[in-house]
Amino acid sequence: MKASLIERLTEGAIVAFLWLLRVAVVLVVVVGSALTIMSGRYSLEVYVGLVVSGLTLGSIYALIALGYTMVYGILRMINFAHGEIFMAGAFAGYFVVTASDKLGFLNQGAVSAMITIVVAILVAVAVATPVALLVEKIAYRPLRNAPRLVPLISAIGASFVLQYTFRGLFGPGIYSYPTVDFLDRTLPISGIIVRYVDVIVVISAFVMMTGLYLFVMRTKLGTAIRAVSEDKDTAALMGIDVNRAIVTTFGLGAAMAGAAGVLYALLFRQVFFMTGFVPGIKAFTAAVLGGIGNIPGAMLGGLFLGQVESIGPTLFLDGFNVPSPNQLKDVIAFTMLVLVLVFRPSGILGERIARSRA
Amino acid sequence: MTVTSAGMPATGAAPSANGAAPAMPVSFQRRVIRTGLLGAVIALYLCMVGIVPIFNARPLVQGVISLGQAALILSLFATGFVATRRVAESSGRLIADGAIAGGLSGVALSALVLLGSVVDVRAFLPNASPVLYGILTFNLGTIGFWIPMAAGAVLGGLAGAIGLASPRMRRSLFVGLISLFALGLFAGLIRTPMLQLPVAELARLLFASDGLTLIGAVVVLVASVGLHHVQRTRRLDLQFAALPPSRRRRIQVPLIALAAVMILVLPQGLGSFFAQVIAIVALYVMMGLGLNITLGLAGLLDLGFVAFFAVGAYTVGLLTSTAEFGIAQWPFWAAVPVAVIVAMVFGAFLGLPILSIRGDYLAIATMGFGEIIRILAGSDLLKPILGGPRGIINIPKPIEVPPDSFLAGPNQIYYIALIGAALIAFVAWRLRGSRLGRAWIAIREDEDVAEAIGINLIQTKILAYMLGAAFAGLGGAVFAALVGSIFASSIQLMVSINVASLIIVGGMGSIPGVIVGAIFLIGLPELFREFSEYRFLFYGIALIAMMQLRPEGLLPSKIVRREFQHGGGDEPPESSASPLAL
Repeated sequence: MKASLIERLTEGAIVAFLWLLRVAVVLVVVVGSALTIMSGRYSLEVYVGLVVSGLTLGSIYALIALGYTMVYGILRMINFAHGEIFMAGAFAGYFVVTASDKLGFLNQGAVSAMITIVVAILVAVAVATPVALLVEKIAYRPLRNAPRLVPLISAIGASFVLQYTFRGLFGPGIYSYPTVDFLDRTLPISGIIVRYVDVIVVISAFVMMTGLYLFVMRTKLGTAIRAVSEDKDTAALMGIDVNRAIVTTFGLGAAMAGAAGVLYALLFRQVFFMTGFVPGIKAFTAAVLGGIGNIPGAMLGGLFLGQVESIGPTLFLDGFNVPSPNQLKDVIAFTMLVLVLVFRPSGILGERIARSRA
Repeated sequence: MTVTSAGMPATGAAPSANGAAPAMPVSFQRRVIRTGLLGAVIALYLCMVGIVPIFNARPLVQGVISLGQAALILSLFATGFVATRRVAESSGRLIADGAIAGGLSGVALSALVLLGSVVDVRAFLPNASPVLYGILTFNLGTIGFWIPMAAGAVLGGLAGAIGLASPRMRRSLFVGLISLFALGLFAGLIRTPMLQLPVAELARLLFASDGLTLIGAVVVLVASVGLHHVQRTRRLDLQFAALPPSRRRRIQVPLIALAAVMILVLPQGLGSFFAQVIAIVALYVMMGLGLNITLGLAGLLDLGFVAFFAVGAYTVGLLTSTAEFGIAQWPFWAAVPVAVIVAMVFGAFLGLPILSIRGDYLAIATMGFGEIIRILAGSDLLKPILGGPRGIINIPKPIEVPPDSFLAGPNQIYYIALIGAALIAFVAWRLRGSRLGRAWIAIREDEDVAEAIGINLIQTKILAYMLGAAFAGLGGAVFAALVGSIFASSIQLMVSINVASLIIVGGMGSIPGVIVGAIFLIGLPELFREFSEYRFLFYGIALIAMMQLRPEGLLPSKIVRREFQHGGGDEPPESSASPLAL
């Protein structure tokens, strides 16, 4: 059918609009950065510090994003309640760290602090995983054949239930994590400030991510997960237990999120029933950024998002004299989410999810 | 949509999740114990989450039973009922099974009481308090630890005994109890207007300020069972359906007229609290109808609806406020069209970049927009214009009336929202059958096919966003007038999720569905504001349950209902071609 003149004009206008959008974003980034750097307001140490904190935050996002990306890869659904699994982990970790503090064990040196952290992470994983499996069993499994919006709404419901169950159980107050002296010490490197907490968060995140990657790529169950996310029906025909693959995926994602919850709480020193909401959405952004369904993509997306969020407000906005640019870090993150969805819906690394699947 | 794992060997294990699956080779005794343990978990959950202690403050039948006790009793009773369901057993065995299951749940509560007398965990679990133990033991303290156990056994046994009654008696009993529960919950709502009418004495007799009186409870029980009996024996609904259309209309028209009059006089005499609640419901009906165009007709899940709501609210705020940030001090009615148009422009601009995004990606992208607008509204960047967290105050009421007029306070907002909703409903109804409406439905069903048959996707989608945004803007404008101020904290993702959920719960694409959805998701929780902590808990449970029991919504439109009944709708050939999917 021949397009009318008006239709072609609107199409042209839209293309022009989208280009305008790209140019505007690039301009803000380039000009803003140039202005900030030229103003000389911040020393190199400040930038290095921002990069370090971005790396820390980004590795936590990456850990959470893994759960989103794996579940999306296998079920094509957004597990909206994943942020709450993360929160459950943070709560579980809180009780371990507090108990250790009350017993006077926590601050007896580096070793006791490390033991406490490891135990906290293990307990968080042990709490978060069953919670996630329960959510999967009650809220998602009966809906596997339903139209796409149905599980999404169910997931939103599950997210509410978890948030307000924790609120009901533990009250609406904010619990503050006890101070771990060891974590606040800085590495003996002159010029830049790197705290031990950053090192521990980044290292443990990378250990876990490597473990997950090896599990998915090397083990039989991991191969089954990949097969199911490739094509569920064919995988079933090959004799793969689809249900088991799906449940394992949820469990792995939840384990990562639970551990991330402890790391996040060690970093920000507080936990309450809404703790999971914002990191959850951010991590989803990270998963989309990296290319949803793609495991290395989620890691990369998380790290990238962490950097943009940490360094972005100062670098891009401060040059324009925007007041308190740090308030706008979420705006930067969400703008990036929308831009990725608009211009590269397959994400940085993703090619697998074609347009028709998205 | 992809073909999913229906009927695959793996999913064969799913029924085992369901303790009551009849075909499982599990002995009855084990099933009873399993149900009992599940019941124990639920009863403990009710206690520890705080539903029992906090809802205990609200009586269901004055002086007899509170809402919290009712919840606990219900859970114990349900445990016994589920444990004995679908089992053909001797009567003694049924009662014993029920008693075992209920008793097991009770044991957990008894253990809680005993444990609570030894250790105090209130620092972490604020609800594990003496108040809770008091409720569980009728204030006997630790000595009364056996009470939950005994109560569980008795209730479970009773539930088992119910299985012996004829289905008819069982139905009547359930109808009676449900009516009792519902009227007990809404006693205040019914009583307040009755007090203003000549039936005030009757109202005092039947209803307490919260909950029913004892006499009221008996009357409700008898009346509902009686009515149910009449309906069963006479089959009024069948009789009505058998009438010739002209006679049927003669009954219908006065009923509809009565309903219309009821809606019009509803806020009168309800008191300011209830008037506020129904004004909010009407407001959400209006916004729901707006989003219904975007989501229900065109199938575009927009979770950033609050962005346009914010645009509308702030536009009205800026144009009408007489305080610091007001720029024009216009009357409300002049500001509304501007707000709607500004929201529409925003809708077009935000819609443009996301034209090619679909499905749940679209939900996330729009949610991103919503968050961006929300953060910007509260940021220091826009503080000189929008007031940041301090917001814009002194937004005048649309109609200035003396405080005792029938248009005072939230009432006028109710009427304005009602008119707005009627207008939107009319527009939506007219649009649905139009070329544009059919194009939207075609896009919802399958974008590629719609494009192939010559529908201009760009135009059609942008129009859907713009109209949805316009109605959200109108909602925001009315909201600003209702509250009299607009703060950054009023702009929340929750608004978007509320509106989207009420459409889905009510039934996509259906106008009555939106109204029902708004009453259930907005009205009911508002009535339980005193338990606002638990509002979203029930909300979440309702969403999950709804998606499993009735995913097409309470009152779906015909097309949507057909789709859900035939599973997916747009791919019947595929699923019938592969035997695996059956």
